[in-house]
Amino acid sequence: TASKEFSLDYFLYFCFQAPAYHLILEGILILWIIRLLFSKTYKLQERSDLTLKEKEELIEEWQPEPLVPPVPKDHPALNYNIVSGPPTHIITVNGKECINFASFNFLGLLNNEKVKSAAQASLKKYGVGTCGPRGFYGTFDVHLELEERLAKFMRTEEAIIYSYGFATIASAIPAYSKRGDIVFVDEAACFAIQKGLQASRSNIKLFKHNDMTDLERLLKEQETEDQKNPRKARVTRRFIVVEGLYMNTGDICPLPELIKLKYKYKVRIFLEESLSFGVLGEHGRGITEHFGINIDDIDLISANMENSLASIGGFCCGRSFIIDHQRLSGQGYCFSASLPPLLAAAAIEALNIMEDNPDIFQTLRAKCERIHKALQGISGLKVVGESFSPALHLHLEESCGSRENDVKLLKRVVDYCMNSGIALTQARYLEKEEKCLPPPSIRVVITVEQTEKELDKAASLLKEAAQSVLN
Amino acid sequence: KNGVSNGTLYKKTFIEHFEQAPMYVAVFTFVGFAVGTIFGYLRDFMRAWGLEKRNIATEREQQKDFVPLYQDFENFYTRNLYLRIRDNWNRPICSVPGPQFDLMERVTDDYNWTFRFTGRTIKNVINMGSYNYLGFAETDVNALKTVTRELEKYGTGVCSTRQEMGTLDKHVELEKLVAKFLGVEDAMVFGMGFATNSMNIPALVGKGCLILSDELNHTSLVLGARLSGATIRIFKHNNMQSLEKLLRDAIIYGQPRTHRAWRKIIILVEGIYSMEGSIVRLPEIVSLKNKYKAYLYLDEAHSIGAVGATGRGVVEYFGMSPNDVDVLMGTFTKSFGAAGGYIAGKKGLVDFLRAHSHSAVYATSMCPAVAEQIIRAMKCLMGLDGTTQGKPPSFLPSFLPSLISAATRASLWVWVLLAQAKPHPAARKYCNGSVKEILLIVILIL
Repeated sequence: TASKEFSLDYFLYFCFQAPAYHLILEGILILWIIRLLFSKTYKLQERSDLTLKEKEELIEEWQPEPLVPPVPKDHPALNYNIVSGPPTHIITVNGKECINFASFNFLGLLNNEKVKSAAQASLKKYGVGTCGPRGFYGTFDVHLELEERLAKFMRTEEAIIYSYGFATIASAIPAYSKRGDIVFVDEAACFAIQKGLQASRSNIKLFKHNDMTDLERLLKEQETEDQKNPRKARVTRRFIVVEGLYMNTGDICPLPELIKLKYKYKVRIFLEESLSFGVLGEHGRGITEHFGINIDDIDLISANMENSLASIGGFCCGRSFIIDHQRLSGQGYCFSASLPPLLAAAAIEALNIMEDNPDIFQTLRAKCERIHKALQGISGLKVVGESFSPALHLHLEESCGSRENDVKLLKRVVDYCMNSGIALTQARYLEKEEKCLPPPSIRVVITVEQTEKELDKAASLLKEAAQSVLN
Repeated sequence: KNGVSNGTLYKKTFIEHFEQAPMYVAVFTFVGFAVGTIFGYLRDFMRAWGLEKRNIATEREQQKDFVPLYQDFENFYTRNLYLRIRDNWNRPICSVPGPQFDLMERVTDDYNWTFRFTGRTIKNVINMGSYNYLGFAETDVNALKTVTRELEKYGTGVCSTRQEMGTLDKHVELEKLVAKFLGVEDAMVFGMGFATNSMNIPALVGKGCLILSDELNHTSLVLGARLSGATIRIFKHNNMQSLEKLLRDAIIYGQPRTHRAWRKIIILVEGIYSMEGSIVRLPEIVSLKNKYKAYLYLDEAHSIGAVGATGRGVVEYFGMSPNDVDVLMGTFTKSFGAAGGYIAGKKGLVDFLRAHSHSAVYATSMCPAVAEQIIRAMKCLMGLDGTTQGKPPSFLPSFLPSLISAATRASLWVWVLLAQAKPHPAARKYCNGSVKEILLIVILIL
């Protein structure tokens, strides 16, 4: 206690010894510190703590867009063609009988009696639907048989069936290519491939249509990128996705050069053969047979059965190493009901017919050549597509300026032809969704059932229509 | 997770029970997985060092120096865990998936690496696995009369898309019938149920929109939501508080970072969740959606035809009107024994989908024979085919049964009272008018 008193006395003594201004300054500083200690803290940025009333106001005020924008009454999709009866060789469109140049019924199997009776037999045995996905008692012996037959026909190890053609390639691509992988795809790839690529979230690199130098340039760029980061390159998968016969342009891909690029740059090839299955090649096996390439060189072939086989659904074929993976990770396979057995039985019978009559492919090719030659030289319309492609496009030689006017003009040509007995259609696209929108065109489809007289009639009618509408 | 009804919105009490797995089951499951994983590593090690034969398919010799198609760990589960029990799935059958079916006998000689069919079939197995809710998957010749006729007329394929040359008169008929069945203005049908979701959700919403999707939605809904490019937020399964919180936060704070208002908000739910067995809480969701001006997309894949007094789905089950739901979607695979899907709603919505749906432009339309199967099933459910299988005849007023029972009771009362007043010989046989016996008879009548 003595020391305390001592220091307090000394302290007070020294306090009064100090000059007045010093004491006042210290006092002010002490008071300032006390004030700062007790004042409210503030942040540099304003906190936006909304009151409940403000929140309710915001909720009241918010107005969403209407669920769908109104569609104009004259939109072509609302005035579609209604077909009464089966879409076979002679088709009744909007009440008028025409010759069918618009359905992808290349081998004429839509109306085939054997196919129909196989479907009827299957209907009697299995009913219509399968009532379950493949994993839960939706696998029928017809599905297994169709898979075996397709694998045998295409001379691969295994095949897998999907219940919808669009879902086939759109489920196959995301099963293998994930985020971080690289896919080189042709610009003219069809919409199903685009959706598959979008679902896979991989890096997409587009190369110009059928331009191998452009593709090689992209591959070389990728190679230099790889050398910068070899660890990442060792786990990044690469794929090339091409179509055998392109739906949007009617020409084929240069497969031998692609195979060379495949082994040079170590990329895998996925081939989409929806149009070329049952069309190209000596026995209809597709573009690999057309070019005489070993089918094991292609990693995955995907096709839909809705064109040549006149059924519904699609399949992928290839080596077991690749196809077996889709049985657990193909979304359209695992999470969807399987193909109705009557459609599978129809496809099996169609395959039988294809195997028993290999000369129909030659007949189809001859007809394609004939009409391709006949359609040359129409003023105002130019033919786009290979001479042996059964799905051609007719583009306008000179565009009117806007896409809408082109579409209207082509519609008048199509209407003229329909009124005179040839059913044609315009190729339809979703204008806002396509990556590389093809120009408007008329689609001409050649089937085995059309006689030479009908082909000539169609060609001359198109000439007349072009004359009267475009001039 | 036990559902409790919110009394004011539900017309009748709605209670769901979800049994929790006991703790020891959960623990042993994890332990089982752990043991399986350890053994998997052991077997992989043995296979890599050649101590065990490799049964799995391998890459081609010429492509061995390519980047491997599957990473080792991606296939670990398939190779070591799924393979042990994979004989439980993908079992082929060889008859119609009716109440009983024939199973193909399948054996494995090498522990599930490959399967072999012995050629025998196990006949008349009771079917509790196919989604044949109403029994329309049948082979009765009379029932399939119209389907056989249409198959003969139209064949199996269509070979064109809806917007080109693929719209048949059968599709138009089916769409009108679906709209009438559901009680909406218009409907559109598609060839595959999975594709209905994955190709139409991107057409309805896009960038700048918000999708609120249930935790346990089907893969097709998730794929459609991802392909659309909209922002996806997930609310807990059937949990209305979680949904309301998300809705409020979305409207108040807008898009992330820019805080612009959302263009539209759409809620994706299913009618019945097939893997859980739970039913959507539709009245609460509709009240939320009306309050916050969101849109509702209801996927009735399993509930159409299966719930509701006349099979109109969860909308009827809860006593609500189809106009409460903006987009009614469903599939024909389960209750109707066919294949395909539909979207129904107001005419403006369906017209928009006819013009802008990916499926209408790029995918083949439904097979006409399958369409006929759906038509005949729907006509049966609506009572339009003249039979009373699907719908009892409605010329009897509904109060008639209760009227009859009331009349019977009244006449018996009269008889008892008269017997009391003036004992009838017949009544005397049964009683001699004593109070005890009268009371007994009265109790019996009541």
